[in-house]
Amino acid sequence: MMSQPPLSPSVNQDVATPRKLFLQGHPGLNGRRKAKNNIYHGVLLAGTLFAVVMLGLLLFQVIRSSIGWLDWQFLTSLPSRFPKKAGILSAMAGSLWTIGLTALIALPIGIATALYLEEYSDARKWFNRIIQLNISNLAGVPSIVYGMLGLAVFVRLAGFGRSILSGALTLALLILPVIIVTAQEALKSVPLSLKEASYALGVSKWQTITGVVLPYSMPGILTGAILAISRAMGEAAPLIIVGAAGYIAFLPTSPLDAFTVLPIQIFNWTSRPQEEFQHVASAGIIVLIALLLTTNTIAILLRNKYQNRMD
Amino acid sequence: MAEKAGMKMRAEQVNFWYGEHQALKNITLDIPENKITALIGPSGCGKTTFLKILNRMNDYVDGARAEGIIHYQGMNLIGDSLDVAALRMQIGMVFQKPNPFPKSIYENVIYGPKRHGIRKKSQLDQLVEQSLKQAAIWDEVKDNLHKSALALSGGQQQRLCIARCLAMQPDLILMDEPTAALDPISTQSIEDLLLTLKEKYTIIIVTHNMQQAARVSDQTAFFLLGEIIEVGETKEMFLNAKHETTERYISGRFG
Repeated sequence: MMSQPPLSPSVNQDVATPRKLFLQGHPGLNGRRKAKNNIYHGVLLAGTLFAVVMLGLLLFQVIRSSIGWLDWQFLTSLPSRFPKKAGILSAMAGSLWTIGLTALIALPIGIATALYLEEYSDARKWFNRIIQLNISNLAGVPSIVYGMLGLAVFVRLAGFGRSILSGALTLALLILPVIIVTAQEALKSVPLSLKEASYALGVSKWQTITGVVLPYSMPGILTGAILAISRAMGEAAPLIIVGAAGYIAFLPTSPLDAFTVLPIQIFNWTSRPQEEFQHVASAGIIVLIALLLTTNTIAILLRNKYQNRMD
Repeated sequence: MAEKAGMKMRAEQVNFWYGEHQALKNITLDIPENKITALIGPSGCGKTTFLKILNRMNDYVDGARAEGIIHYQGMNLIGDSLDVAALRMQIGMVFQKPNPFPKSIYENVIYGPKRHGIRKKSQLDQLVEQSLKQAAIWDEVKDNLHKSALALSGGQQQRLCIARCLAMQPDLILMDEPTAALDPISTQSIEDLLLTLKEKYTIIIVTHNMQQAARVSDQTAFFLLGEIIEVGETKEMFLNAKHETTERYISGRFG
């Protein structure tokens, strides 16, 4: 018979173990460590609060300034040189036209590119590696550079003029890298076991993409698209270069019309000398934020719908 | 016909490489029709690799290369000229981990047939009922056909995956450790199912469970380091193995 080992292993009295220190109520563990923990907790909380407080201050300032100016008349009027009569209708219509067209152009191209890179291309070939590298780099190019490209290619070379179409094409170029990279991440998250299950049924690659890969990754792709389109909606710089006007006294009726967008309209108002226009600008900012929140909400609802269908 | 009488398939001198590493060496094996063939052997011995050659799932592995001949319905399953999609309509597969699509039970079963051109609702309904009945899961799910397949238990999910495979009305079914992720009761129900399925289908199963091989299979092939050490009737092999290594592996003394 072997002798039973002791229930608790014998402990060498000289060796300090964390458990022994803890049981002895060592100050290094119970005092200093707790203090350190609290300090880091505080630092991180302060960092978070900084952002929240700043946002709160900004919103408060804007809302206070817009009181009495954000009304039905403001939402339904065209711009004017008299602050009391000035409205945001044409900028709102311009923003919706531009963003709608941007999404229509950027989403299909972005998803198609991501599908090619993830599902079809051979990542070991130098050609595909260069494409991948460039897409990541393009995401970091300043938006004004895209504006210059848009001016040269769409406004001048293609002859679209200073139109919604030129603006939307420029914004589409701007957000394509973000859409592609986030869509690629979403496609990478599709489990190999699901693709294998589809292939094992003799289903073709394209049918596997439409049947399994896209439905599974659609919530992730849409999330990336939401972020990208929100960014495009707040952009002013590239559109100024492409030639969006500061004063549009009509509503666009086709993609080839001249246009302005909310950020440019707001920028235009803030640079006027009359004090009243600062209030008009604040009212415009509220409209822009509301529009952003609405698009995000619609997109999130859409995403949840897809997600529910998958669960 | 290169297959012998009563045989569904014949592998002849099959070699397989992953890059520089040779995973299979001179595999020759006959697969009897309407029988269950078990592939056994320690991890990394090449049995799953062999299974995946048969429906070309190794095509997705970088640097994979096969040589030799696998006779099946007048085709050679090794080679570039094969219509892989058509082959997989004939040879179905059930994986180690249940992998139902994140869709409804109904959608899971009709996933394959629908994509191969069966569109009529009545035909699809019939196919769903028939496949789920064959996979012995109909009674459990018939009232919830449009619920998510992910809500099923592991054992039910695996039977659904078998039903999804049966809906293609395959000729031969490959199973890669189909009960490895399941509890004993679910394992039992899948084993019972296998015994009824072999009346209509030819089955090749990879398993790490010796009792399972002994219980369900008719023929067993013992793989070791990429070679077949011994192949024969299961009863014969488990009662008196010809090779000492086989005997030691089966009785659990190594592996």
